[in-house]
Amino acid sequence: MTGDAPLWRRREPEAGYDVVIVGSGGHGLATAYYLAREHGIRDVAVLERGWLAGGNMARNTAIIRSNYLWDASAGIYEHALGLWEGLEEELGRPVLLSQRGVLNLAHTTHDVRESVRRVNANRLNGIDAEWLDPEEVKKLVPIIDITPALRYPVLGATYQPRAGIAKHDLVAWAFAAAADALGVHLIEDCEVTGFQRRGDRVVGVETGRGPIAAGRVALCAAGHTSVLTDRLGLRLPLQSHPLQALVTQLLEPVIDTVVMSNTVHVYVSQADKGELVLGAGIDAYNGYGRRGSFATIEHQVAAAVALFPVFEHAELLRTWGGIVDVTPDASPIIGRTPYEGLYLNCGWGTGGFKATPGAGHVFADTIANDRPHPLAEPFGLDRFAAGALVDEHGAAAVAH
Amino acid sequence: MLLIPCPWCGPRDEAEFRYGGQAGVAHPQDPWALDDRAWADYLFVRDNPEGWFAERWFHTSGCRRWCHVLRDTVDNRIAASGPATTQAPDPGTGRGGGRADPSSPATAPTTPGRRA
Repeated sequence: MTGDAPLWRRREPEAGYDVVIVGSGGHGLATAYYLAREHGIRDVAVLERGWLAGGNMARNTAIIRSNYLWDASAGIYEHALGLWEGLEEELGRPVLLSQRGVLNLAHTTHDVRESVRRVNANRLNGIDAEWLDPEEVKKLVPIIDITPALRYPVLGATYQPRAGIAKHDLVAWAFAAAADALGVHLIEDCEVTGFQRRGDRVVGVETGRGPIAAGRVALCAAGHTSVLTDRLGLRLPLQSHPLQALVTQLLEPVIDTVVMSNTVHVYVSQADKGELVLGAGIDAYNGYGRRGSFATIEHQVAAAVALFPVFEHAELLRTWGGIVDVTPDASPIIGRTPYEGLYLNCGWGTGGFKATPGAGHVFADTIANDRPHPLAEPFGLDRFAAGALVDEHGAAAVAH
Repeated sequence: MLLIPCPWCGPRDEAEFRYGGQAGVAHPQDPWALDDRAWADYLFVRDNPEGWFAERWFHTSGCRRWCHVLRDTVDNRIAASGPATTQAPDPGTGRGGGRADPSSPATAPTTPGRRA
C-alpha cells in the first residue's frame, strides 16, 4: 500500500527547462527518470495534454517479451527485459512483473519454419527461447485445443520463459514517483500546440499554458507524434491506427501464461484479478478515435474461442482502443531529427509497452549525449532512405 | 463500424473492403530522377492527419473496384466518395470525388479542414 501521499507533485510550468519531454506515457516517464538518474539532467519537464499515463500506457495488454528476430531488435528488447527484471528494486515500488512465459503459436508450415528460425536467432543472441511441439504446448496450457480438426491447428509454439506481463499503471506510477523525487516536473493538462524555432534548431514548445523554452525537446507522443511534427513541416513514415483490447468477466484461474497467435490474430493472458485480457491486430484504416471496429473484436473472439473452447462461457466486460503509430518495417524510430535539439522516440506500433524501461534508457542517453545510443543506432530515421530497414513484421506478433 | 459509400454499390459495411491508404499518391514520372531521400519519401511517407483524410478503399467483396473516400480520422464521419479514376477529394475543401449519397442532405461538414 502506498497510503494517501501523492506519488508526484502538481507543478506549474516554468519559463524553460534543459529538456522538455512531450508525452507522459511509460516512455516519456522512463526517459525523464533516466535523464535525471543516469545523466544528472534534472531540469526536466514532462508535458502531458491529458492525465499522466492516460494514453496507450493505460490501454495495452501489458505483455513483455524480447523474442524478436533481428540482432538490432534483440539488442533493444532484451536490454528492456533486463531492466524490467530489476525494475522493482531500481524504482522501489511494485510493478507486479510476472515472468509467466509467452508462447507464440504456429499454425501453418510457414509459421513453423519462421518460428524455429526465430528460436534459433534468439538463442544465438543469448535470449531464452524454446520450440515446443503441440503436446508440450498442451502441458503448459491445458485448456488449449490442439486437435488437428481446427481450421488453423496448433502445430507448435515458440516459448520464452522469462517473458510475461507487468501491471502497466503501477509501472507508470513507479517511474513518475521516482522521476518526481529526482526533481522532474510532471505537468498534466498541458498540450503542446507548436514549436519554437531558431533557424533549424528547436528551442522550445508552445503549449496551452504558454510558451516553454527548452534546451532540447524529446517527443514521446506515440500515435500523435506525426500530428506534432506536422507543425514543423517534418513528415515521418508513420501511420496511426486504432488498436483494441478487451477483457472478460472475472474467472477462476484457467491460464497462467501468455499465449499469442499472429496467424489467427489473438493474444490472451489472465489478470491477477481474473479477467481474461485479449488483444488482436490493428484496424487497417488510419484513425485517432480510440475505438476500433466490431469486426476486429468478432474476429479475435472467434479465434480465441476456437483455440480455448472454455472461453465460450466468458462474458465480455469492456473493450477499449488506443492509437498506435506504425512504421513501414514494424520497428521503432529513435534518435535525432533534421532539427537540432529535437529527438524522436516513436513508431513502436503495437509493442511499445514491453520496451518501456529500455526505450527510456537508450532515449535518455541519446538526448543527453546528442548522438544515438549504440542500441538505438539501427533505429534512426535515416534508415528509410538508406534502405537499412529492421523488418520485424514476423516478430511483431500482431498484424501491422 | 464504418459504413462506406461505394460509388457503385451504395453504403456497405467496412468488412467488405480493403484499405488502400492515402489517395492521390502518384507514382513518380521518372523514378531515376529521384535521390534516395525522395524515393524513400515516395515509398514510406504518407499523410497521417488527425482530421479529414482522402483515402482509397477497395470493395473486395462487392464490385471489386477502388474508390476515394473523404473521412474524418477522429470520428469516422464520411463526407464524400467517388471512383478512384476521378480526382481525389480535397481534405481542405471537401470538394471532388462526388457526394457520399446524392439523395440525402449534404453530410459534408460546413468547414472541412484539419483539426487544430
